[in-house]
Amino acid sequence: MKSLQIDSPDLARRMRIQALQMVHRAKASHIGSALSICDIVAVLYGQVLRLDPKQPGAAQRDRFILSKGHACVAIYAALAETGFFPTDDLLKYGQDHSVLMNHISHKVAGVEFSTGSLGHGLPFGTGKALAAKRSKLDWRTAVLLSDGELGEGSNWEAMMFAAHHGLDNLVAIVDYNKLQSLTTVDKTLRVEPLADKARAFGWAVREVDGHDHAALAALLNALPWEPGRPSFLIAHTTKGKGVSFMENSVDWHYKSPSAEQLAQALGELNHA
Amino acid sequence: MRNAFIQELVALARLHPQIALIVGDLGYSVVEPFADEFPERFINAGVAEQNMTGLAAGMASEGYHVFTYSIANFPTFRCAEQIRNDVAYHKLPVTVVSVGGGLAYGALGYSHHAVQDYALMRTLPNMLIAAPGDPMEVQACMRYLVEHPGPSYLRLGKAGEPNFHGAPPDVAPGRWLKVREGNEKRALLSTGACLQIAMEWANKDEHADRAVYTMPLWSMADKPAQAELLRFRDEVVTIEDHLQDGGFGSWLLEAKAMYAALGCTVRTVALSPEVCGTVGSQATLNRLGGLTI
Repeated sequence: MKSLQIDSPDLARRMRIQALQMVHRAKASHIGSALSICDIVAVLYGQVLRLDPKQPGAAQRDRFILSKGHACVAIYAALAETGFFPTDDLLKYGQDHSVLMNHISHKVAGVEFSTGSLGHGLPFGTGKALAAKRSKLDWRTAVLLSDGELGEGSNWEAMMFAAHHGLDNLVAIVDYNKLQSLTTVDKTLRVEPLADKARAFGWAVREVDGHDHAALAALLNALPWEPGRPSFLIAHTTKGKGVSFMENSVDWHYKSPSAEQLAQALGELNHA
Repeated sequence: MRNAFIQELVALARLHPQIALIVGDLGYSVVEPFADEFPERFINAGVAEQNMTGLAAGMASEGYHVFTYSIANFPTFRCAEQIRNDVAYHKLPVTVVSVGGGLAYGALGYSHHAVQDYALMRTLPNMLIAAPGDPMEVQACMRYLVEHPGPSYLRLGKAGEPNFHGAPPDVAPGRWLKVREGNEKRALLSTGACLQIAMEWANKDEHADRAVYTMPLWSMADKPAQAELLRFRDEVVTIEDHLQDGGFGSWLLEAKAMYAALGCTVRTVALSPEVCGTVGSQATLNRLGGLTI
């Protein structure tokens, strides 16, 4: 099985447009967190993960887990734009009885795991990676975490475990946008020195500009960076990336764009 | 019960290659037969129960039936959200095994007393509670759980519980198993290792006429079916080594309340909160808690 070989910058742009429309229609939150990860997710779905949209449960697929489940519109958009389900289904996001819940749902085709409470994705992904090792299977597991989420101790339990068991088929990617719910990560519960911490926990660590598609693809297509060690990618990002008035603003953790704000945002993306 | 559990787990693992055991750094002199025979399917997750449970869910999502094993509140309350979100919500075949149900670890204190675990587990849709009353029921429950893989909670006593069945009984969720013949109108019903106490009750003059039943498998989904079992009875007395609030007797009362016409009285005997914070032998605490007459 191969990666989908899709032009990832274009995919990321389409994801941003869909994500903004979904959040606006549903009057939902977390658009800043979703825009933050669109480039990472587009590179994963377009160039890295071995997936088949026609067989979402194919045994040999790579497993992707969004641990920061509140950013799910980015994943729903990626799945629809890569053919897992019709893009029209995105209209149901946040509607009554819809499977497209406001935190990522395993009831959606192509989604491995529901999250929404933080600190669950990495232990779960570690279990998948361990299962693959013990069953001698060669698919890989990728988990996307938020920086604020690293406050949850369960992540550090999983980090100890994954390194102890040499799970080099596991990659954790941190969406390091340096903002959390109320203010900066630094002012809330400092994670620095993050790279040193991850290294001390026994992981192979790399840092990257989380909006640089070529750099992301180069790193993620070269896994594992160190045989016998799980991989920890610190992706430096901007919350709200791609929409000028949302970038680096804590407001867009919770606010949803008005019709005028949506029009302005779409205008910026369409001319990007 | 611990030994019956590990013997049966080893026997089942020989037949079912998907069975795996994760322990939270507990099980000394219990889990070795499994670890020695199936090293590829044994994991000591260390002192990290949240991760243990998340891991188990991840492995279960890839085809394993995972048993997580620890004492009392560690594989349950410590990681309640992982059980709720990762295991039960996703309907994954993970069996949370708690050893030392009730007050089995009496002298170790409140941290080791599992007296609210039914309350936690029975509020989870998709979760089946397996609370065997003797080592034969342990075997029967294990076989049932492996044949019907899904989210489940296995509550074990500790060691030395006597057998009340001559062979592993035929178990099913919500089914009452008769352990002693007697007056069906005034049945005694227990769950878990408290079966021993129920049998002691039935030996006292006041209760000597009662038929005694045990219910080793039960869940939220099995409540409605209880009406049929209560319909022709005048009184049922439930006995459990768990606090009354949220426990087994409460579960049966709620099942009864779903049907206004049922005349049967349900009397619940459960531990009084006085046992919380007191240490002593299991027998002492059960007496203090009001289970012994």
